[in-house]
Amino acid sequence: MADTLITKARLLDPASGLDAPGALLIRDGLIADCGAGLTAPEGATVVDAAGSCLAPGLIDLRANLGEPGAEHRETIASAAQAAAAGGITTICVLPDTDPALDDPALISFIARRGEATGSVTLLPYGAATAGCAGKELAEYGLLREAGAIAFTDGVRAIASARTMRLALSYARAFGAFIVQHPEEPSLAAGGAATEGELATRLGLPGITPAAEAMLVARDIALARITGGHVHFAHVSTAAALDLIRAAKAEGLAVTCDTAPPYFDLNETAIGDYRTYAKLSPPLRTEMDRQAVVAALVDGTIDAIASDHQPRDADDKRLPFAQAEAGGAGLATLLGVTLARVHAGDVPMLTALGLLTARPATLLDLPQGRLVKGAPADLVLFHPDRGWKVEAGKLPGKAQNSPFDGRALEGRVLGTWKAGRRVFGG
Amino acid sequence: MTYPRKHLLAIEGLEPPHLADLLDLAESYALLNRSGKTQRDLLKGRTLINLFFEDSTRTRTSFELAGKRLGADVINMSVSTSSVNKGETLLDTASTLNAMHCDLLVVRHGQSGAPSLLSQKVDAAVINAGDGTHEHPTQALLDALTIRRHKGRLEGLVVAICGDIAHSRVARSNMHLLTTMGSRVRVVGPPTLIPAESARLGVEVFHDMKAGLAGADVVMMLRLQRERMSGGMVPSAREFFRFYGLDAEKLAHAKPDSIVMHPGPMNRGVEIDSAIADHLTRSVIGEQVEMGVACRMAVLDMLSRQLPRNR
Repeated sequence: MADTLITKARLLDPASGLDAPGALLIRDGLIADCGAGLTAPEGATVVDAAGSCLAPGLIDLRANLGEPGAEHRETIASAAQAAAAGGITTICVLPDTDPALDDPALISFIARRGEATGSVTLLPYGAATAGCAGKELAEYGLLREAGAIAFTDGVRAIASARTMRLALSYARAFGAFIVQHPEEPSLAAGGAATEGELATRLGLPGITPAAEAMLVARDIALARITGGHVHFAHVSTAAALDLIRAAKAEGLAVTCDTAPPYFDLNETAIGDYRTYAKLSPPLRTEMDRQAVVAALVDGTIDAIASDHQPRDADDKRLPFAQAEAGGAGLATLLGVTLARVHAGDVPMLTALGLLTARPATLLDLPQGRLVKGAPADLVLFHPDRGWKVEAGKLPGKAQNSPFDGRALEGRVLGTWKAGRRVFGG
Repeated sequence: MTYPRKHLLAIEGLEPPHLADLLDLAESYALLNRSGKTQRDLLKGRTLINLFFEDSTRTRTSFELAGKRLGADVINMSVSTSSVNKGETLLDTASTLNAMHCDLLVVRHGQSGAPSLLSQKVDAAVINAGDGTHEHPTQALLDALTIRRHKGRLEGLVVAICGDIAHSRVARSNMHLLTTMGSRVRVVGPPTLIPAESARLGVEVFHDMKAGLAGADVVMMLRLQRERMSGGMVPSAREFFRFYGLDAEKLAHAKPDSIVMHPGPMNRGVEIDSAIADHLTRSVIGEQVEMGVACRMAVLDMLSRQLPRNR
């Protein structure tokens, strides 16, 4: 493959703090050089970035891709299209599929399916418990050997304190962490929206926001006694973030992510029973949304994940309480994150770091950095170019975007996977 | 006379003039009904469909009578919840209704927001006849009309709504309507049956029934759903009746001329003592049913004014 030189770019590398004009040279799928004053080698393809931003390809810490078992909602091939259009080059795939990813063969199946797309690396999570059923631990050692990056039951909370304790403890032997869906299940059962004035007005069964902090508090206590590493997914409340902040200060192995809906939308997005905005956890109050933004800035949150949960029309065109929770998030991950940059809430490198270097550090990955020798996984985007999110016209199969109708600034112009251009151009 | 919407999905959002117009119109229908006259030309040629996904005799019959008194062709469709608990069928139903050229669609459904979802898909004007734990707008209208006929006004009255507020669409619609019209609304019940942030809806919350009834002009009782007890929100019927059931002793705390209401069907001996329910001067439960027909006639009349003349 010929070399590629991307010139006249605004290089953004959160890992090193670089934000400067320059060029980047791709050779043999790796970043061969980057910085100012690079010239194109003989025979190189030259891409003129015309001042647009060049950053490491995004690492999505959390997505459900429909396979295996829900191919009517999304397939790995369709998700790969959405990812490429969204500048995502690595996806951590949730295991609560049908069947659940609780067998080494399934782990390598997902990884191979990723390779076959040629545009996105898929890093599967292993099931934390057999069948993601919350009872017996899955085979962490064997799953880890097959390539599982960490263990989780996906959107199902590990309910039993004893099981969670065993999981955190046992996973230490294999250097893996446990990802929890932090929502106390008996308080969340049957709920459709965050408990409060809006749910009362709409007559919807509520879930107290304390259900999140409660499970976070319990699992921090379990991390303390086991020495295990717990990671909380899609954290959405001020109370939970306060607990995580304190646990980090204490030096415990506690990390967390959030997803764009929780810093871009509040509960009013469910408006007149808008099921596309029905998510798990449910959208929160404006006060909680602001607390999530603050935690992006102060470092309490370690990553922004798409939390892509594909649903089809039959899942969503139902009365609100019966509709399935979950939103499509691949295509909008970068744009919605940049909205907080444009709003002046989050600095550009901080925001991008939450999508690249920080999840890379969490998972000990070589990508996510603009550094010589790293895989040439790249995204080129225009930070100000506008577009409108329109369900029905999004790349990929899943169209259930909670951001339907939202105008965004920040458009992906090109995506490179291991040096090969997989979007744009 | 004005009504700002195509449908009647909720009381929330309607303003005092809209509500006053509806109540005035309903009052005139109440007089017409008592006179024995009819107005069968008003909805002549119009089709009204009662689409009930939940069992109801009272509300369905009331809408049926209202439609017939105004001359509409009334069709009752009862859809058993066992065959329809998926909303895809709800939307299939919508296309069926469109094919039938229904003008007015009365919907009752066990899920909050189901009439709203249907209204996005059908051509007809949709009337919410009770959805989940959300709203029951015509019940609030008939309650308000009954109160107004007895007290001459709504403004400034102290109205105590008692019992299972959390699961009551009747309570929500009444809270919206009465606070909008200037009544002082109290909700009374055990904390497990009071919805979160009720005070934000402009009502006062009481857990002690005697305090909640003190000085009340109107005592509105709600039906306690039996399944709430199996759900552990109330330990037993006898305990509920002891602390939140309306008997003569508790009613003595309300004003001497206060009226007692209940949307029916009643659980005698659970939320209301039979002697109170059947009290000749205090109980207006029978009149509520009568006003129900008048209010539904008013709603059908008002919504039909915005229907296209010819199909």
